[in-house]
Amino acid sequence: MTPAAPDMTILAVLAPFAAAAIAPFAVRILKHNAAWPLALVPFLIFAHFAGFVSGVSQGQTFTVAREWVPAYGVNLSFYIDGLSTLFALLISGIGTFIILYAGGYLKGHPQQGRFLSFLFLFMGAMLGLVTADNLITLFIFWELTSITSFLLIGFDHLRAASRRAALQALLVTGGGGLALLAGFLLIIQITGEIEMSKVLASGDVLRGSALYLPVFLLVLGGAFTKSAQFPFHFWLPNAMEAPTPVSAFLHSATMVKAGVYLLMRVHPVLGGTDIWMTVLPLFGGVTLLVGTLLAVRQTDLKLMLAYTTVASLGLLVMLTGTSNEKALEGAVLYLFAHSLFKGALFMVAGTIDHEAGTRDVTKLGGLRKAMPITFAAAALAGLSMAGLPPFIGFIAKEVLYYGTWGLPQGAMLLTVVAVIGNALMLVIAAAVAIKPFFGPETHTPKHAHEGPVLLWAGPVVLSLTGLAAAMMAHTTGELFIGPMLSSLKGTPATVELHLIPGYISAPLILSIITVALGIVLFLQLDRLRGIIASILAAIGWGPDRGFDQVVAAIVWISAVVTRLLQGGKMQTYMVLTFAVTGIALLLPPYLTGSFPAIPEWPQFRFYEWAVIAIAVMGLGAVLVAKTRLTAIVSLGIQGFAVATLFLLFGAPDLSFTQFMIETLSVVVLALVMTRLNLSPRDHRPLGAKLVTGVVAASVGAGLALALMAVTQTPFDGRLSEFFSQYSRAIAHGRNIVNVIIVDFRGFDTLGEIAVVVLTGLAVLGLVRIQTKPDSGNAANKANKTAAKAARKPVEAR
Amino acid sequence: MRSVIFRTFAPFITALMVLFSIFVLLRGHNEPGGGFIGGLVGASALAIYGISAGVGPARRALKAHPMSIAAFGLLLAAVSGVLSLFTGQAFMTSQWAAVEVFGVTVDLSTPLFFDIGVYLVVVGAIGSIALALEERESD
Repeated sequence: MTPAAPDMTILAVLAPFAAAAIAPFAVRILKHNAAWPLALVPFLIFAHFAGFVSGVSQGQTFTVAREWVPAYGVNLSFYIDGLSTLFALLISGIGTFIILYAGGYLKGHPQQGRFLSFLFLFMGAMLGLVTADNLITLFIFWELTSITSFLLIGFDHLRAASRRAALQALLVTGGGGLALLAGFLLIIQITGEIEMSKVLASGDVLRGSALYLPVFLLVLGGAFTKSAQFPFHFWLPNAMEAPTPVSAFLHSATMVKAGVYLLMRVHPVLGGTDIWMTVLPLFGGVTLLVGTLLAVRQTDLKLMLAYTTVASLGLLVMLTGTSNEKALEGAVLYLFAHSLFKGALFMVAGTIDHEAGTRDVTKLGGLRKAMPITFAAAALAGLSMAGLPPFIGFIAKEVLYYGTWGLPQGAMLLTVVAVIGNALMLVIAAAVAIKPFFGPETHTPKHAHEGPVLLWAGPVVLSLTGLAAAMMAHTTGELFIGPMLSSLKGTPATVELHLIPGYISAPLILSIITVALGIVLFLQLDRLRGIIASILAAIGWGPDRGFDQVVAAIVWISAVVTRLLQGGKMQTYMVLTFAVTGIALLLPPYLTGSFPAIPEWPQFRFYEWAVIAIAVMGLGAVLVAKTRLTAIVSLGIQGFAVATLFLLFGAPDLSFTQFMIETLSVVVLALVMTRLNLSPRDHRPLGAKLVTGVVAASVGAGLALALMAVTQTPFDGRLSEFFSQYSRAIAHGRNIVNVIIVDFRGFDTLGEIAVVVLTGLAVLGLVRIQTKPDSGNAANKANKTAAKAARKPVEAR
Repeated sequence: MRSVIFRTFAPFITALMVLFSIFVLLRGHNEPGGGFIGGLVGASALAIYGISAGVGPARRALKAHPMSIAAFGLLLAAVSGVLSLFTGQAFMTSQWAAVEVFGVTVDLSTPLFFDIGVYLVVVGAIGSIALALEERESD
């Protein structure tokens, strides 16, 4: 083992992101063999975290931090203890084989590079999630896993089912993530700490706080959605639309365990309360039963595994919810065992699909001769899942029975739930890992044969690890399970594991009952499947359909709101915009009574008066103009007069710009008029004209008042001084206005020209909108539609 | 536009306006003018040419789509600000260089390129709007 190097942890967490950047290029050069060098990345990360094992098992913890956004106390800080070490090892260890497996599974796929890239992104996010110390950083990694999961589930984006599943997973887990953020913010508020390692020391403060319940519910919202607890379990089976490496990695071994990780992480500070010990076992237990029953119902290998994953997560939540030391130990062990066997089984299912062309368990049989290595791996993993000795799954089951049996309250209920759940788990294990390999050989879409080493390396190593971990039960307990249990409890714990039960005890008897029940049920599998199917058909509604209904309802509401607010009538928009502007300008001086003083009668020269008179005449011309075109041109008169005023009062740049703007706006307005086929005259009734007139007058009055108020405040000349002093000296320009635009305030200008470009694009898009003429219509009618559309330009959308 | 006088003179007016717009753009640092005003003059030139000769010929004369011109201008303006990063100064710190061309010293600077970017954005975006509006469905 390498020595512990906490400083390298940041690099280790960020390494997958770097790998994500180079993966597409590596695949372009090395084709699918790029998986070999790329798998080195997670392997090295694994080696890095393995270095912590000996220290952590002696009760040490490590923290390492770099500043990120110090103003808000957000740091790239990481906390290494028993819990995060085991999780990091699982992620990087299984990740190594997933990368290899993905190399073989998507061999020759045109987007393999992108796929590996997504996988690495996810791996980085997940590693960050389980090691992050800073709550905000943790939340960011949490959401990153949701986003990368979205990308991976929707990888096959041409299929509608993939897209729907991806969106569903994103909405459910992302929504939960928001709840989690709120929960974290409350925790930061209550404890005054933003680092998890310090929050962990404030358990009494949190549990005693009046806000404990909201914090509890919000954190639960995050954990339950991520870990697919009933009734949020539906997204996980749908996520099986993703390619199999994704299912094996995200949706069994790692990401879905993030919720469990979170519950285990906060257990020392939020756990142990009555509500914790009521809600968690309840939802966990229901999820366990629902998951296993729905799994039995399926015939697709991946879906069966997916539902048992839901069930296993339920079991973990149930055990975590008991806050009982022995049950927690069972949870930790089961989590460890589950990651190994479920990861392996998913890869096996993928290999069968890949090599035989179908995943339907009723169409598979007798594959053991064609695929001996895969069969061996499946058998080893399946036995562990079934909870049979000598595998780690057996030890986990023993310990968790010991835990539930010894509970001070609800022992009987939880034990029964656990036994039924485990028995059904055994049924699925047999159906997935044994059935496809035995019996008569069936005709499969592809001629089945053993996959390449890339495909079987992962399942073999993972299932053998499950065996080895059980063989060396004592070491496993000492190095991994004990330290992790200490993190859960918040106090040091030692774990003694034995593969062979020392004496006949309740757990052993419960195990025997489980196995017997499982075998009976397996023999009746087809009948059981039929019964569950008919029950489900009788209910006819599930959260999956509920999700669709909720989404449809949201779309409907937003459509209603949009129709209400965006009527599509240009006139309404304009009147509203100007009315609001007028109110905003006039209301404050009216309320505060601070109207500007009436200025003195100015002493202008006669030609200045003449220009003002032209401006006023221009306004009058607008009002009396018979046609709209005349009105538009008359508006130009007033604009030109004002521009002349600017010129007379010494602002050549402003005046120049004003002249150009006036010219262009007359041209553009005239063009818009002809383009929209507006009628030459304004036919609105007098009332409507009065309304717009009042609005226009009030905006004008408001602006005039505001300008007067501005000129009456004492002039602060510091900026002008600065500009006139330095525009020649540092910016080498005599035209202060231009120097301000391109140099002093250049950044503003950059933003402004970006807006100009965007406005141009938007106008272009609006102009291009064409009304779809009704099919097979005479030109006459098309003209009419055009005229109608012209009157309501936006509605034409 | 049916007016023969307008149609005859429009090309000359356009050419003069384009020249003038560039003149206004380049003198902007020391005299009234600059990229924004120059751009407006240029856009008007484009609009006049479009009205007199039709949108098709106007577009052909431009070679590039006016919106691409605007986008290029935005890029130019942004890149001119990036240059200072290489000298270790803050974004958009102006850089100056004096270049001898045929015995005449010409001051080149990043604000100049920035201003040219502004000019192109305004010409492109406003011209694009004007041309799009002038376009008839029959075109």
